Amino acid sequence: MRRPLIALAGALLLLAPLSACTDNGDDQAASKGGSSGKLEVTSTADECELSTDEAPSGNLQFAVTNDGDEVTEFYLLGDDGLRIVGEVENIGPGLTRDLVVQAPPGDYFTACKPGMVGEGIRAPFTVTDSGEDLEQSGEVQDLIDTATAQYAAYVRDQTDQLVTKTQEFADLYVAGDDDAARDLYAPARVHWERVEPVAESFGDLDPRLDLREADLEEGQEWTGWHRIEKDLWPPAEGEEGAPYTAATDEERQELADQLVADTEELHERVADLEYGPDQLGNGAKELLDEVATGKVTGEEEAWSHTDLWDFQANVDGARIAFEDLRPVLDEKDPDLADTLETRFDELQELLDQYKEGEDGFVLYTELTEDQVRELADAVNALSEPLSQLTAAVVL
Amino acid sequence: MSDDPRDPAAGGAVDSVGGTVHEPSDAAAPSRFSRRRALGLAGAGVAAAGAVAVGGFAVARDDDAPAERVAAGHGAIPFRGRHQAGIVTPAQDRLHFASFDVTATSRDELVDLLQRWTAAAARMTRGEGAGPFGAVDGPYPAPPDDTGEALGLPPSGLTLTFGFGPTLFTTAEGDDRFGLAGSRPAGLIDLPHFPGDNLDPLRSGGDLCVQACANDPQVAVHAIRNLARIAFGSASIRWSQLGFGRTSSTSTQQVTARNLFGFKDGTANLKAEDPDAVARHVWVHRDDDPDARWLADGSFLVARRISMRIETWDRTSLQEQEAIIGRDKGEGAPLSGGTEFTPLDLDVEGGTGPLIPMRAHVRLTHPSQNDGVELLRRGYNFTDGSDGLGRLDAGLFFLAYVRDPVTQYVPMQNKIARDDVLSEYLQHTGSALYAVPPGVQDAGGFLGETLLG
Repeated sequence: MRRPLIALAGALLLLAPLSACTDNGDDQAASKGGSSGKLEVTSTADECELSTDEAPSGNLQFAVTNDGDEVTEFYLLGDDGLRIVGEVENIGPGLTRDLVVQAPPGDYFTACKPGMVGEGIRAPFTVTDSGEDLEQSGEVQDLIDTATAQYAAYVRDQTDQLVTKTQEFADLYVAGDDDAARDLYAPARVHWERVEPVAESFGDLDPRLDLREADLEEGQEWTGWHRIEKDLWPPAEGEEGAPYTAATDEERQELADQLVADTEELHERVADLEYGPDQLGNGAKELLDEVATGKVTGEEEAWSHTDLWDFQANVDGARIAFEDLRPVLDEKDPDLADTLETRFDELQELLDQYKEGEDGFVLYTELTEDQVRELADAVNALSEPLSQLTAAVVL
Repeated sequence: MSDDPRDPAAGGAVDSVGGTVHEPSDAAAPSRFSRRRALGLAGAGVAAAGAVAVGGFAVARDDDAPAERVAAGHGAIPFRGRHQAGIVTPAQDRLHFASFDVTATSRDELVDLLQRWTAAAARMTRGEGAGPFGAVDGPYPAPPDDTGEALGLPPSGLTLTFGFGPTLFTTAEGDDRFGLAGSRPAGLIDLPHFPGDNLDPLRSGGDLCVQACANDPQVAVHAIRNLARIAFGSASIRWSQLGFGRTSSTSTQQVTARNLFGFKDGTANLKAEDPDAVARHVWVHRDDDPDARWLADGSFLVARRISMRIETWDRTSLQEQEAIIGRDKGEGAPLSGGTEFTPLDLDVEGGTGPLIPMRAHVRLTHPSQNDGVELLRRGYNFTDGSDGLGRLDAGLFFLAYVRDPVTQYVPMQNKIARDDVLSEYLQHTGSALYAVPPGVQDAGGFLGETLLG
């Protein structure tokens, strides 16, 4: 619901030809073996002091300390002084942030930019040949570009289908054809749940479309899918959420119109979005978070109990992100790729047990505690390695 | 007003020093000063107006106590004082919190319970047993009047802080059991539903509460257990919560502890060493509520059981964790720069927006973003087994003392439940609000006498 912080910031990070930069302190240097330890950089108003001006090729980790009063940045630039090989921005005064970058042998420049403007304070930096075998950087970048383009197409396609099915659903609801509306509710939402992190990144749309009753503030107006869900599956007397007054025809029209309008708005905004590989990786992780916190607990679909449809859809979305990134991952960390494939398959096998009809599922309330527990374990088993996906791809 | 602690018949400790605010008129007699000086508290500055003792080093229970016993954490915090102890007292390491339903049917029974609790609390905070005989010195045919598991343990900084819930004044059905409805403070509201709340009614509410904090968990548990035993027939435990690690510093002398997200917690808390701020934000003043003057020098306690989704948090990148909180994880410095205690700079910009993101936790909770509101927090980490889904039932038992929950807690909680990215990793599963009466000052007094006496 509120994830835009990093996802969008990630989109603005420059992707260097060698590898994307990160200001995430990491042990990649140590784990890759044979690369140098941390290189220390001290940035002040007038100086950019490095502990050394030379390092062996491989993963380089710079620890940049801001000893000045202004926000500073650090860059590793190519031999032309222009190409950004890696950068770490937004270092507040007094803080130390890390930059991990993969560098083949060659001549470079380092630059500190206190105040974030100008040419910066530069010095030559040499990367010697450590004998380590580095992958072809250009190829990886192509693979990344393909992956993100494919994912963008997937998101657009899902929102296309969402618009169509939402209109159909809205029409049934307004016409009072409740049985048909109930049948279409979960299949329509599948297209939302598959791309939920993207949808959620729009902080104004998501509350209008997907808030549960428990997410409301006192006095807040409730609209969207779950509002309609409660109307189609009203609680009986004595049940939680009762007493409940059914929506009038006028209210139905309003809710349906708003649902359609907000979905079309989403569709428009998604049309031009571009993604970085970290957003694919983080999006996959967030989809599994959604499962862990709402669907495996049955809290998402409080009235219809169609949580397993959502569960499957979240897994679908995560799987697509993984599959799109697979060629990159096979280059960088084939073991992780294999682990993820195994875990996805295992989770899917469990979910398949609960399928009903062509694309449907049993209701969440039909699961036993043991079955829910089994699903939860499989979700955890997949989520842990999945959380490594972003780092594996961008570092 | 002070009794000589060496006299067992006096039955009282000196007037409360550990962590409470003093007016000049509360200046103590010279004999206590010299003892305190001998225990190395010369620097505590207790004589000055508004000064506060630090480190909770009060006078030891008996004169024979070796100096080491009063060393960090073992000593006794005096029970009596203008304010109840356990609020600005430097946060101890352990918590046992209990909420009670009153089963007594008459006001006299209620008063009797509070008197017996007061006597037991005064004894236990001195390191004595709950009853006059103690665990092993009573007559053989009778069950011991203390359960015994704290026998031989030092006072361990035990404080017992008592509160009254809304339902003590008016039940959920609107009954005024004890003739107190007219004295219910305006601030003692039924907390509204906040976005995302998933409250278990069996972990929420209560007519009475006891917050037992100590540096030894056995001492804290012993206290609640014995108070519950004393209450049989008048009140029964509704729910309780153990906390195993403190997450807030209430004194600048304390190192900031970490919560279960691995971040330092309590850096920017109200601290005892700022008595003006404490007076403004924590203590109820006489004129705050003319219908509830009995609460003057007391406070309100917000208790919220906040389950943390630690599994999904642990899978979140370090960068995002820091951006969500607004501080770096290692030092606890704000992302705007500096070291742990450097004030936040909400305006400083980086290349891609403010260094402290717009929905970072520290920004959304900052007083400047909340009409100057501050809370005195003293919460505890908890983990209560597992949730049946292969995950630990872990989180933060949030305790905050405020002068007015309506203006200080409700708006902020609504905002962070709605806007704080951190809320994605939290779920409130229990909730209670209590009016915390002023301290007991006289040897014959009892907790709540300003309301019921």
